[in-house]
Amino acid sequence: MNIVDRRLNPKGKSHTNRQRFIRLARDTLKEAVARSIKERSLGDVDTKEVVNIPKKRIQEPRFHHSARGGNREHVLPGNKEFVQGDTLPKPEAGGGEGGGREGSPDGEGEDNFQFALSREEYLDILFDELELPDLAKTHLKEAVALRTTRAGYSHSGSPSNLNLVRTMRNSLARRIALHRPKAPEIEALEAEIAATEDEARRAQLTARLEKLARRTRYIAYIDPVDLRYNRFEPTPKPNAQAVMFCLMDVSGSMSESMKELAKRFFLLLHLFLSRKYEKVEIVFIRHTSQAKEVDEETFFRSQETGGTVVSTALAEMQRIVAERYPLEDWNIYAAQASDGDNYSGDSETCTRLLRDELLPLCQYFAYVEVVDEREAGMFRSEANASALWRDYKAVADGHANFAMRRVFSKADIFPVFHQLFSKTRKAA
Amino acid sequence: MSTAASQRPASRLLYETGEWSFDTLKRTYDAIEEIAVGEMGLDPYPNQIEMISAEQMLDAYSSIGMPVFYSHWSFGKRFVRDEKLYRKGYTGLAYEIVINSNPCISYIMEENTMTMQALVMAHAAFGHNHFFKNNYLFKEGTDAEGILDYLSFAKAYVSRCEEQHGIAAVERVLDGAHALMDQGVNRYGRRARPSLAEEKKRADARRAHHQSTFNDLWRTVPTKAKPAATEQETDAAFHRLGLPEENLLYFIEKFSPRLQDWECELVRIVRLIAQYFYPQKQTKVMNEGCATYVHYRIMNRLYDLGRIGEGAMLEFLASHSNVVFQPDFDDPRFSGLNPYALGFEMMRDIERVVTDPTDEDRAYLPQIAGNGDVMGTLKTAWAEFRDDSFIAQYLSPRLIRKLRLFKLADRSEDPHYRVDAIHDERGYERVRRALARQYDPGHRDPNLQVTGVDLKGNRRLDLTHRLNNDVPLTEQDALSVLSYIADLWGYDVLLHGLDSDGTERYRHEASPPG
Repeated sequence: MNIVDRRLNPKGKSHTNRQRFIRLARDTLKEAVARSIKERSLGDVDTKEVVNIPKKRIQEPRFHHSARGGNREHVLPGNKEFVQGDTLPKPEAGGGEGGGREGSPDGEGEDNFQFALSREEYLDILFDELELPDLAKTHLKEAVALRTTRAGYSHSGSPSNLNLVRTMRNSLARRIALHRPKAPEIEALEAEIAATEDEARRAQLTARLEKLARRTRYIAYIDPVDLRYNRFEPTPKPNAQAVMFCLMDVSGSMSESMKELAKRFFLLLHLFLSRKYEKVEIVFIRHTSQAKEVDEETFFRSQETGGTVVSTALAEMQRIVAERYPLEDWNIYAAQASDGDNYSGDSETCTRLLRDELLPLCQYFAYVEVVDEREAGMFRSEANASALWRDYKAVADGHANFAMRRVFSKADIFPVFHQLFSKTRKAA
Repeated sequence: MSTAASQRPASRLLYETGEWSFDTLKRTYDAIEEIAVGEMGLDPYPNQIEMISAEQMLDAYSSIGMPVFYSHWSFGKRFVRDEKLYRKGYTGLAYEIVINSNPCISYIMEENTMTMQALVMAHAAFGHNHFFKNNYLFKEGTDAEGILDYLSFAKAYVSRCEEQHGIAAVERVLDGAHALMDQGVNRYGRRARPSLAEEKKRADARRAHHQSTFNDLWRTVPTKAKPAATEQETDAAFHRLGLPEENLLYFIEKFSPRLQDWECELVRIVRLIAQYFYPQKQTKVMNEGCATYVHYRIMNRLYDLGRIGEGAMLEFLASHSNVVFQPDFDDPRFSGLNPYALGFEMMRDIERVVTDPTDEDRAYLPQIAGNGDVMGTLKTAWAEFRDDSFIAQYLSPRLIRKLRLFKLADRSEDPHYRVDAIHDERGYERVRRALARQYDPGHRDPNLQVTGVDLKGNRRLDLTHRLNNDVPLTEQDALSVLSYIADLWGYDVLLHGLDSDGTERYRHEASPPG
């Protein structure tokens, strides 16, 4: 007999099978995930997701007897009162006591197969085929975010970069090779001269000492050829952090449901960015006729009245970037949601700010115009779009890192998000 | 010195606390082996006991308990489901899994207490193990020596195919083959093939006979005209195909016009694994009954010998009675007859009939009543029967009364169920026969056969389902399986259902995709 301890054997033997199952159900899962994004409360988008898969997609059919029909016999335990010849009414549905489970031999009679995706799996499916828009701007950024790194040694450089060890090693090698007299050798000679009585001997020794001294003078202790400097090379530093600006119009014209739509878009963007970057900060800027940086709660919840001047938000964003987010350390993303209303004199400032100041800073700037569902019918065509939309449109045509979409209902959010960031998106 | 103390010297206890260690496991195993082999005369394979964690148990579940298995999404599905049920607390995990192999591998879980480990070792490493080694179905139908090697071959082969032909292509074949697993077994052992020497002897004898009776006159006797050539050809072809054939997987593996060699090999792997598990399906009641009876005897004996304490005995009894609990038919917990309960009761009943029979037992079970040899009788039963024949042979009236079994007839044309027989003099035989039939695979599984192939025309495969008591197939599933068959076969497939007098009840057809 053998007792073997297998507890330390690798776990997760079923991982491959699980992955295959998920791959098989991927289409279904995608639908389910997209649906869940819409249905979930906003706070917990990022948690585990329980997904229902219609059983039909993953069934393993077998030939088996139907639970109904035909003549059957059942032997059952626990007879209490029946005698031979008794009759019992058949139940309305189902196959009867003995046959109730026959229809589902694996005990999986439920219509849907439910299981929990891990956070990773969930996000993978959610962002399948999506890619961060790292367009031409990224290359530009790489030049900015540089870091010096050690890169070997050089013959020239500033004294502060002198590499002593290397220099001394070269010096030593050269001195040995050229037979530079060593200090103890000279000291010994001098001592011998002082000690000797014999004149002839002393003259001989002094001549030798002079020769050595001359040789020492000619062969420098440290020669310029010995010098070695640490060399540094600038290397581009990968930016592992991103900041996301959420700009939203909270003036009276934005209804609660429109804000809800905007929020979903921001949430998706945040989720997406946190997948790509180690650290993602969010800055919420809301504006009416003035713009203000606020916390998340205030951003989504509180209502303000007032006019609408979009450019204030853009200016605020520019200020914050300059103040807190140096370009070499941060990837900057911005998403703006608005109903498109703007103070009529403001569009000039808006487009100028956007084109000249913000777009060069941003990795990506997405503008989502939220259209109230009730007005959707009227405003669906682009010809009826808002003034802001038309202004932005002019900017978008010239810039690949600027994208704009209109959202009409909750169901639009994910597709719009998908379009904005999809791998196959053509640079405008 | 009190008598109780002299009966149970504390020093003889195998273990004192619930915690197990490899040391106590070893000691307990030895004590169990002494009883199982020494006293009960069981004949198990050598044992290998493997300690695993709960996670590993979940893993093992999903691959039908086998330590090595090829990868397939359906196992992932099973895993995902089991994991969810377990995490939510709907189900516990099995205490053990035992594999019909030589040496016999039993997995036991680290969460179990020492008493549970003892119970599990007695149950699996001796009960199931003895059954695997001695029951005729396992002996004839499975190869305990080779199964683990075969499974590693299968795993390696499947993954090599995946590399070569892509996962999708492999899954396509496996999905189809899995759907036919229930129809992929040979129900009967193969006819013994004569050895080469015998064959030669027979051929010699035949030639000698021909020579001795040769008469050239026979050549001149006019014979009947031969049947039309085509008909004869078809007959010969059908003969070569071995039609009718009830092992659908075998037929597809050998004769599918579409499948390539590696695909046939995949089908073969699935078929052989189905065949390996087939005896377990036919002996659920006996197998569990045997194992439960063995652990019950051993644990009681350990207690009598003073090797386990009273606390351990109580723990054992609590878990034992959970295992053999049989709710009544009208209980909400009822989900069919519990094979552990029925099996255990039958073993205990045989024990009773053998040692202390009543007149009734002598009348109903004259072969064994009062023969006094409990283990001999049980071992014969465990070796020579499967569930249906075992019940038909050994279910005693007393047990029918104890379980209060009754038979309910459910005829499709009647608006009512009818109680056909109960636990009385008139009913015993009928209850016993009906119960045996419930476990008869010929009765339980649909009877499907390959009955024809259109060799000259469109290569359509004809399947015939002979309805048993007019019980139909689940139509939706039948259609899905049929399209899998069509995919494996590569041409159209026809399934028609015939009832007992040969009239056609339904017809389903499927074509290969694309």
